[in-house]
Amino acid sequence: MSIRVDGVSKSFGAFKALDNVSLDVPQGTLLALLGPSGSGKTTLLRIIAGLEWPDSGRIEEDGTDITDRHARQRDVGFVFQHYALFRHMSVFENIAFGMRVRKAPQAEVKARVDELLHLVRLDNLGSRKPAQLSGGQRQRVALARALAIRPRILLLDEPFGALDAKVRVELRQWLRRLHDEIGMTTVFVTHDQEEAFELADDVVVMNEGHVEQRGKPDEVFDKPASPFVMDFLGNVNVYHGRVENGLAFWHGVPIHYPDYPHAQAREARVYLRPHELDIARAPSGSASEAHAGTSLAATVLRQTRTGPITRITCQPRQGGSDLHVDLPSAAARELGLQPGESVSITPRHVRVFLPDPEYVI
Amino acid sequence: MTSKPRDAATATSPLGLLLIAGAVATVGLLIVAPLTSVFVDAFSNGPRAWWEALAHDPDTRHAIWLSLTVAPLAVLINTVFGVAAAWLVARFRFPGRSLLVSLFDVPFSVSPVVAGLALVLIFGRQGLLGPTLTALAVKVIFAWPGLVLATTFVTLPLVVRELIPVMEAIGPEEEMAAVSLGANGWQVFWRVTLPNIRWALLHGVVLANARAMGEFGAVYVVSGHIAGTTDTMPLRVEKLFQEYRTPASMAVASVLAALALLTLVAKVFIERQLETESKELEAARAPGADTDPTTGGLGS
Repeated sequence: MSIRVDGVSKSFGAFKALDNVSLDVPQGTLLALLGPSGSGKTTLLRIIAGLEWPDSGRIEEDGTDITDRHARQRDVGFVFQHYALFRHMSVFENIAFGMRVRKAPQAEVKARVDELLHLVRLDNLGSRKPAQLSGGQRQRVALARALAIRPRILLLDEPFGALDAKVRVELRQWLRRLHDEIGMTTVFVTHDQEEAFELADDVVVMNEGHVEQRGKPDEVFDKPASPFVMDFLGNVNVYHGRVENGLAFWHGVPIHYPDYPHAQAREARVYLRPHELDIARAPSGSASEAHAGTSLAATVLRQTRTGPITRITCQPRQGGSDLHVDLPSAAARELGLQPGESVSITPRHVRVFLPDPEYVI
Repeated sequence: MTSKPRDAATATSPLGLLLIAGAVATVGLLIVAPLTSVFVDAFSNGPRAWWEALAHDPDTRHAIWLSLTVAPLAVLINTVFGVAAAWLVARFRFPGRSLLVSLFDVPFSVSPVVAGLALVLIFGRQGLLGPTLTALAVKVIFAWPGLVLATTFVTLPLVVRELIPVMEAIGPEEEMAAVSLGANGWQVFWRVTLPNIRWALLHGVVLANARAMGEFGAVYVVSGHIAGTTDTMPLRVEKLFQEYRTPASMAVASVLAALALLTLVAKVFIERQLETESKELEAARAPGADTDPTTGGLGS
């Protein structure tokens, strides 16, 4: 089932949780709502589920307006952040709940719950209470409980947030496979970009109640649409520079920037990702001066290896904040830089954001 | 309470001994001695005399019966009200919410006699609703409905006060989950909310019942203390005592005291359950940091 969110706004007192948000989720998509806390992603998810009401705007399922429809009538399965399992019920009864309140016959309930217990690999734990389960097991019970009512949309609020790293990775790979098997339209909320990029077909980055960017994981990662997205994705070197005549200047190093052809110079922020920088040992003597036109002279401060990536931290020669360069560890070992050595750094790719885009002609 | 003193020297120091002696003396003098003396006095002429004092006096019999009717009625009203009010306060934010919560406490701060008088001013023959009630031939003051009203008033905070913090601690997530799974309001309440609050509710009910059984001041004013008609057990105790029928008075008092002890036992049992539940709630909230032995199998 496809979902359309059309111009939805929602305030809690003076706090504007959602500001005119529109979103299309085609049938069968696995979509991530990514953003910091307070960005409105959970509110949006709850409005889609019918657990919260929008102040204005519409929600559609398959082209039908369901804005006024109660959560009961929305064919939505919801997995809550802290699972919200019914504490006093067994795992079996938790999963059976949706069918019990619909007065499904006992034989049907039994068959469906057993099927789901098998699906989430909890075959023998039906009689346990939620308190007797590990975090990962509880999460899967919550998922089975949501799937039991055969929803046509699955919504998950920070589904793996409370789990430890190893379980989290396993569970999300499992969820991805499950989604591919069932093919249900699925939306999940996360503040973890790795989770969003690994799991989702489409990523929607949210900030302060609006959508900053929507795209395939690669698009969002490679072409962040705004300084916010760039910052939120993190792991980036940010510098204040300027733009003029189709060039952006970063520590005096000119970088091709055709988006700003005007003669009048403007302040700009220059974003350089650590893995998109080339680093080379600076040739000694006058040669380094000749090189200065297209690359930045810097001094190596230290190297830190985290598995396959080695991060080299450098101090630009002209001062300013430290610059990080990521290299594959093998390449870094081959280069064999020592602290204190002079290097030249050349950006392969730069993103420039002007502070007030509305002034750009 | 089985907690040991952290430092044995503290307990055996002169000051420590003095404090312990003071505590024992206070509890003995104020609680144990009076309670024991009630039972000793009640049975001073043997169990037969005790039984006759209770069962052979029609006014006493009526008083016991009346108390056993009025108190449960008042508790029932407060249970329904308490659950509804706690739900409202714990689950919704609205203007005047904190004022409402403060109003719940009025019966605790107002003297029961004042409460009784206020009821007379409203429901009495000369009262605000007097003409209407007379026209409908409904008697509230000096009749059992007045007793129920007065008892309900003084016990009103007990159930709702018990439930609000528990419902807030549990949070709305389970109820929202039930709604998202298709449950209607009643189903959410009976299948999710009530099982979660049952021990707290029972705790409030037991406390309210104890208070209702023992209520004197408010009931005294609205009852008109008509023997055999509007005298409840506490009123009967006082009346017998004033009539110098101390053994009979003590016999009724011993029934009240026995009910109080029963309440105490029930309360301790319920509090243990509550403690277990709150530990379970904590466990359920704890992040699943423990390793999950079965997720390993997901890859295969």
